[in-house]
Formats: sequence, structure tokens, C-alpha cells
Amino acid sequence: MLSVQDLHVYYGRIHALKGISLQVSAGEIVALIGSNGAGKTTTLTTLSGLLRPREGRILFEGHDLTHLPAHQIVRLGVVHCPEGRQVFARLSVIENLRLAAAHRADRDGVARDLERVYALFPILAERRGQYAGTLSGGEQQMLAIGRALMSRPRLLLLDEPSLGLAPMVVETIFRVIEALRRDGVTILLVEQNAYQALRLADRAYVMETGYIKASGPARALADDPAVKAAYLGG
Amino acid sequence: MKRFAPLMLIVVVMGLAGLAQSALNDYYQRVLSVIAINIILAVSLNLTNGYSGDFSLGHAAFMAIGAYASAILTLPARAKAVAMPDLPPWLAQAELPFIVAALVGAGLAALVAFLVGIPVLRLRGHYLAVATLGLMVIVQVVALNWQPVTRGARGISGLPPFTTPLWAYGWMLVAVAVIWRIVHSPLGRAMMAVREDELAAACRGVSVFRTRLLAFVCGALFASIAGALWAHLITAITPSSFSFLITFNVVAMVVIGGAGSISGSVIGAVLMTLLPELLRRVETTLAIGGQPLYGLSQIVIALMMLAVMLFRPQGLMGRRELPDVLGGRVGAQRAPSPAPAEAAGEA
Amino acid sequence: MLTPAYIAQQFINALNMGSIYALVAIGLTVVYGILRLINFAHGDMMTLGAYLGLAVLTALALPAWAALLIPMLVVGALGVLIERLAYRPLRGAPEVAMLITSLAISSLIQNGATMTLTAQPRPVRLPAELTQRVDVLGVNFAVMDVVIVGLAVALMIALTLFVQRTTLGIAMRACSENVRVTQLMGVDVNRVIAVAFAISAGLAAVAGVLWSGKFGLVDPFTGFVPGLKAFVAAVIGGIGNIPGAMLGGYLLGFAEVFFVAFTPPEVSGYRDAFVFVLLLVVLLVRPTGLLGAREVNRA
Repeated sequence: MLSVQDLHVYYGRIHALKGISLQVSAGEIVALIGSNGAGKTTTLTTLSGLLRPREGRILFEGHDLTHLPAHQIVRLGVVHCPEGRQVFARLSVIENLRLAAAHRADRDGVARDLERVYALFPILAERRGQYAGTLSGGEQQMLAIGRALMSRPRLLLLDEPSLGLAPMVVETIFRVIEALRRDGVTILLVEQNAYQALRLADRAYVMETGYIKASGPARALADDPAVKAAYLGG
Repeated sequence: MKRFAPLMLIVVVMGLAGLAQSALNDYYQRVLSVIAINIILAVSLNLTNGYSGDFSLGHAAFMAIGAYASAILTLPARAKAVAMPDLPPWLAQAELPFIVAALVGAGLAALVAFLVGIPVLRLRGHYLAVATLGLMVIVQVVALNWQPVTRGARGISGLPPFTTPLWAYGWMLVAVAVIWRIVHSPLGRAMMAVREDELAAACRGVSVFRTRLLAFVCGALFASIAGALWAHLITAITPSSFSFLITFNVVAMVVIGGAGSISGSVIGAVLMTLLPELLRRVETTLAIGGQPLYGLSQIVIALMMLAVMLFRPQGLMGRRELPDVLGGRVGAQRAPSPAPAEAAGEA
Repeated sequence: MLTPAYIAQQFINALNMGSIYALVAIGLTVVYGILRLINFAHGDMMTLGAYLGLAVLTALALPAWAALLIPMLVVGALGVLIERLAYRPLRGAPEVAMLITSLAISSLIQNGATMTLTAQPRPVRLPAELTQRVDVLGVNFAVMDVVIVGLAVALMIALTLFVQRTTLGIAMRACSENVRVTQLMGVDVNRVIAVAFAISAGLAAVAGVLWSGKFGLVDPFTGFVPGLKAFVAAVIGGIGNIPGAMLGGYLLGFAEVFFVAFTPPEVSGYRDAFVFVLLLVVLLVRPTGLLGAREVNRA
């Protein structure tokens, strides 16, 4: 479904991604783990078109995304739910959700998706008229995911969905991710919580300082002593 | 050898200025003096706009302060009794030497810059640009309305023509030397640190606000000197002498020469003095139907600025200095060039 | 001197000035909100609007509504064109690049107008039905005064509805919070920015027509000082905030008109200085403006 080939990305003179290649097949959850600064977020940001690679190619279902503007990538079904929630604080909950569906022509589909988001996160239905800036951190994360769903993703790029949230909220978020998988959404998940990520994912890539250090089935990586030592706390 | 290079430069510049003063006719002397004045303006504006990363548009205002102060303080008491009968006695009596009058004006401009800088330089963003343009309007309005002192719209004329090439280039050397020293001192490095990354600079113990304020005040001080020189070159000033046009042209010199390079500002000033001088002749000769093409030279300058921003945003010199280029150390980095800002909505 | 009629007259005058400042300030604030650009060429859009309005009235001899509509559309389109050619290539460059470019465009317009139309001010004569004076309860005003306020208020209501109700309006507000994330919503931000420039320049053009109609003159520098003052209005209201620009516009209109009306002539000559001293005071006391919340420390 997604095929990334030999991606090189620079911030000014800093070489942030040094030849990343990865594959995601339809229906999979693929995790991207690694320590801070390994390049996980940079990878997602490049896939969604906000950063431009200097070398390499990004192919999604036969489309070359490498040079497409970000909004067209979203319209092809690659939707990025960014790190740190990034909801629009001065838009209401419903406006946040509507904005993400603004490019879609299928009104019925949008209405159905709105119902689905409210079913997944009932609290958002309650707060639909409220400014997003007044929501709690957990509610904002739910809104961020709900907003991504309103763009009708076929491949969802999820960046640190559990960062800084209370354990109960984290549980809700991960339950939703599993529900999405059952609905047929493919997910590329970046998580600092490697243990959770590997439990959830089918496959995973381990990143370190701009390289991919290891990859394989999630279960196998979780048992790998080197990965265990580095990312799973022994 | 290298240590004597600045000294030799001073001797050569002053020698040539002296020669020009004795050998050239009035027109060329005047053009040469205008070049020196513009160099002072450009180099001093570069202190804020190039080095500390703020964007001031206040040079016309500070020039006006210097010009009026110097004009009022040097005009002979007899002339003042006729032209400005309502002047307070202590001003009416004052007949100061040019250099003292220019310094008093500079002090005044520095004080004004200080007072404006306190509210504005605490803020990020380009509030300074608007606030200094506002200052220009304030100064113009005061010059227009403070009749007893400024003679309002009539302006002050008959000023002693003190400004000769020697004076102009003397001050120019002072300005360039002082600003060069500032830029290459710990303070200058602090300015550049503030420009590159304010937060990081603050973490390293740089007082961001004080550094920016100092750059702004220092720039105002030399702009005021340039204003005094200009007043005693033209020998007549009015409130509209110090308009947005002047500020704009100084900004053009800095931008085209290369913000962040002193030699760039010098080159920009020379180019941007000579070019309009030539174009002004075109304006009048190209007259269509007897109508001179006023505005043409400014249009050319504006187009040049647009072109520079699009195709060479670092200007002619970038952040290099002439010695780097001539000495073959072309790649020598004086300051780290900033990582390209993350594209806001790049598409 | 301080009769109720005089005060009422000044009140009307202030409403007039405030309406025009508000229209101009909205355009500055909309563009600043998204691009962090202080658009110094904004006042010149007023000038162009005023010249165009004059041309429509005299050369084309069209009715007054056309002298508003045509400048609004033409200058609005010009705003989009300028953005496309001069600002878009600079996106991602340091903020100051666009600011310098806007200065150059301002100079280009001012000197272009000087070269082709001369610096000589041109009289703007309104149709008789607009200059007609009305007397209501001893307060005397021109029909034009009502037109200025009515039109400005109507345009502001329309803009508010657009920004609150339409998806493009929501996208505009989203962009002013975070352009990058707005792209991730599938929004074509280039389109949003083009619309912002169209609105900005179009409103400035209308303001320019109204301004030149009120004062009866237009020259190449007509819009320069009002454009700067509108920035003061935007800062008073909280820059980046559309209701703030409206509020700031009216507050500035009242402050300026009442300063002139209630000070002796030797002081009232300082009106423009008063406005910019006001700016410095606002920046010192409340740099976020009345309705702005969190601007100060954003670069």
C-alpha cells in the first residue's frame, strides 16, 4: 500500500533522515519506535508532505507522493494526526471536525463519519459547540484523532497518540486504534511507549539517529534482547 | 602589515577627500558628500536590520532630529533673531561649533530611540517597523507644528554650509570604525546570537532586550549625525525633507548590499546614490509630451529590491566582508547562516 | 462651542473615520493573522481604489455603486496577483523578506502613480445626491456620511458571516492559528491565502473610495498614512483578530476625531502624532490589544 524508498531529509544542514525505506501493507498496523531524535516524527512529516525529501521516493497505491502538496496527499487518503494534538484552539469542536472533511464531496459519508466519531468519543458530541482550546488534554487527543477520521483515511499516520495522557485515556485511545483496524484503516503508528506499540502492531521498524536499525514482526522484535534492552527497559 | 591596514585606509580616504575638496567642482563634491552620508545611514541601519535582527524604519526620523538640532544650534544668533523671533533665549543665543551641535543632536536622537525602544523592543515580530514609521510621522508633525522652534512648513534655510567632503568622510570613517568594532566585539556577537535564536541567546546569558535596545539606539545616533551633515550640505531643511522616501532608500541600500555585512552596506550606499543620480537625468530627458517621468528612479529601486528578495535574498555581499572576499577566504563564515526557517505553508 | 449639536456632529464624524479605519484594519489583520506579514502596501490599495473609483465616476460616468463595486473587484484581484507573484515565492523565507517586499510594492505603486498620473491631487466630486445635506434634530450631516457607515457595517456583517459560517471562513481562522496543521486537514492553504488577500485588498479599495469621497481629493500618497493608522487600530484591537480590528478601528476613529474636536487649534495640529503616540502607549501597556490573547511571544 505504502512504499518508502531511500528517503533523505535535511533540516538546513542537519541530515535528519539518512536513507529510510519501509513498507506498509493494507490492513496492517505498523509501529515506528525509537528514542527521541531518531527521526520518527520527521518520517511522518515527510510522508504527509510538510517536509520535502532531498532524495528518495514515496509511493502510495501507485501514486507518487514525493512532490505532492500536503493537501492533495490528504485527499488521496494519507492522513496525518500530528504529535501534540494540534487542535485549533479557537475553533469549536464541530468546526475542527468539519474543517477536516471540507475537501470531501460525499455529504452522506461525512455525516456518517461524524456519527462514527461521536460514537467512538461520546464526549466530543457533548462538547461540540465548545472551543477546542477549552478541552482537557485527553479530550483534545480524541478530537485530533476524530478530526483525522473525518478526512476518511485509508492510511492513518498517528504520531504519539498517548503522549502525556492519563492511563485511562491512553487505554481509550488504544481501544479506538484497534477498532479502526477492524474497520480496515491501515495505521502507521509512532509511539514513545514501545511496549504498548509492539503489543498492538503487526510489524515494527526500529529507528535510531536517522536510520532504520531493525524491522520485523512486532512480536519477534518485542522478544529481541537488543530491542528489549534499548527500548523496553530490559 | 595587517594591523596597519585600517590606518592606511583612513589615510587614503581622508587624502582623497581632501584632494576632492580642493580639485573638484561643487557638483561632484556634493555627490561625494552624499555618498559618505548615505554610507553612514546604511551602515548604522544595518546594526538593527542586519545584525540584531530587528527591522527599523526610523532613519528619516532620527535624521530629522539631528538636522533640526544642528540647524538651530549652529545658525548665527543674528539670523535666528530674524527667522525665529520666538525662540527661547538660551536657544536664540546658542552658536555652537558644528561638531558639538551634531553631537547634541545625536544625543537627542539616542534618547528618543531609547524611549521608543523600551515599549517596542520587548515585543517580538515586526512591531518596531510600524512603531518607527509612526515615529517618523510624529517627528514630521512636530516639525510642522512647533512653529517657534522649527518655523513649521517654511523650514529653516540659510544654514552654514559646513559639510565638505572632509567632514563627511571624517564622520563616515568614525561611523564605520565604531560600528565595525561593535559588530566584532562581544556585544556584536550577542546581537548576532539574538538574531539567530533569541531563546538560545537568552540561555547563554545574553540580555536580549538590552542588546536589541543598544543596537537600535546606536543606529539612531549615527543616523542623527548623518542628518546634521545632510542639513549643512543642502543648507535648507523642511519637515518634508525627511520623508518615507529617505528611509526606503536606506533600507534599499542595506538590503541590496547585504544585511549583515558592513562592506555590503557601503557598496549598497555607493550604488544607490549614483544610480538615482543618473536616473534623475533620464527622468527629465525621457519626458513624454513635456512631462518629466518623476518617480522613475524610485520605481527602478523598488524593482531592484523585489528582484533581490526573489533571487538573491542575502543581497550582494550576504554576510561576508570585503577582506574575506579579497583575501580569498570566500568560504570563511563569520556567522552561522540560519537553518532555513521551516516552511510555513510551503507548497 | 460645546453644544450638543457640535458633539453630535463630532460623533458622526468619528463614526465615519472609524468605519474607514475598521475596513482597512480588517485587511491588515486578516493577512497578518495568516502570514505574520505587516503589509506596508495595504494603504496603497486604498489609493488604487480611490483612483479607480474616480475613473469610474468621471471617465466612465457610471453610477456611484459601480464606483464602489468595480474598485473592490479589480483591486481585490490585484491583491491576489501580488500575493501570487511577490509573496508566495517568499513563503518559508525569514518573515522580514515579505515585509521588505511589501515596502517595495508600496513604493512601486506610489511612484507608478506619480509617474503616470502626476503627484498633483485630483478633486473627487461626488454625485449631488450623496453630497446633499440632511438636518435631523439640529444635527447636520451629508448623505455620504450615512453611506460610509452603512456600507462599512454591511461589509463587516457580511465578512463576519463568511468567517463564522462557511468552510472557507473556518479554514481562514484555522490558518491564522497554524498554517501547517491546516494543510494536514486537506485544505489548500494557497487558496485560503489568496482569498485573504482578495478580501484584504478589496476592503481597502472600498475604504479608499469612501476616504477620497469624504475628503474630496486623491493623490499617489492618499492611502499611506491611513494605512499606517489602520495598523494602530489593528494593534489596539489585538492584531490577527477580526472583531478586534473592527473595534480598534472605531476606537481610533473616536480618539482621533475627539482629540481634534476638543483641543485648541495649536494642539489639534498634532493629530497624527497623537495617533502614533497612542500606538506606543498601547504597545507599552497592553501589547496584545483589547481582544488579542496570546500574540506577544510568537516570533
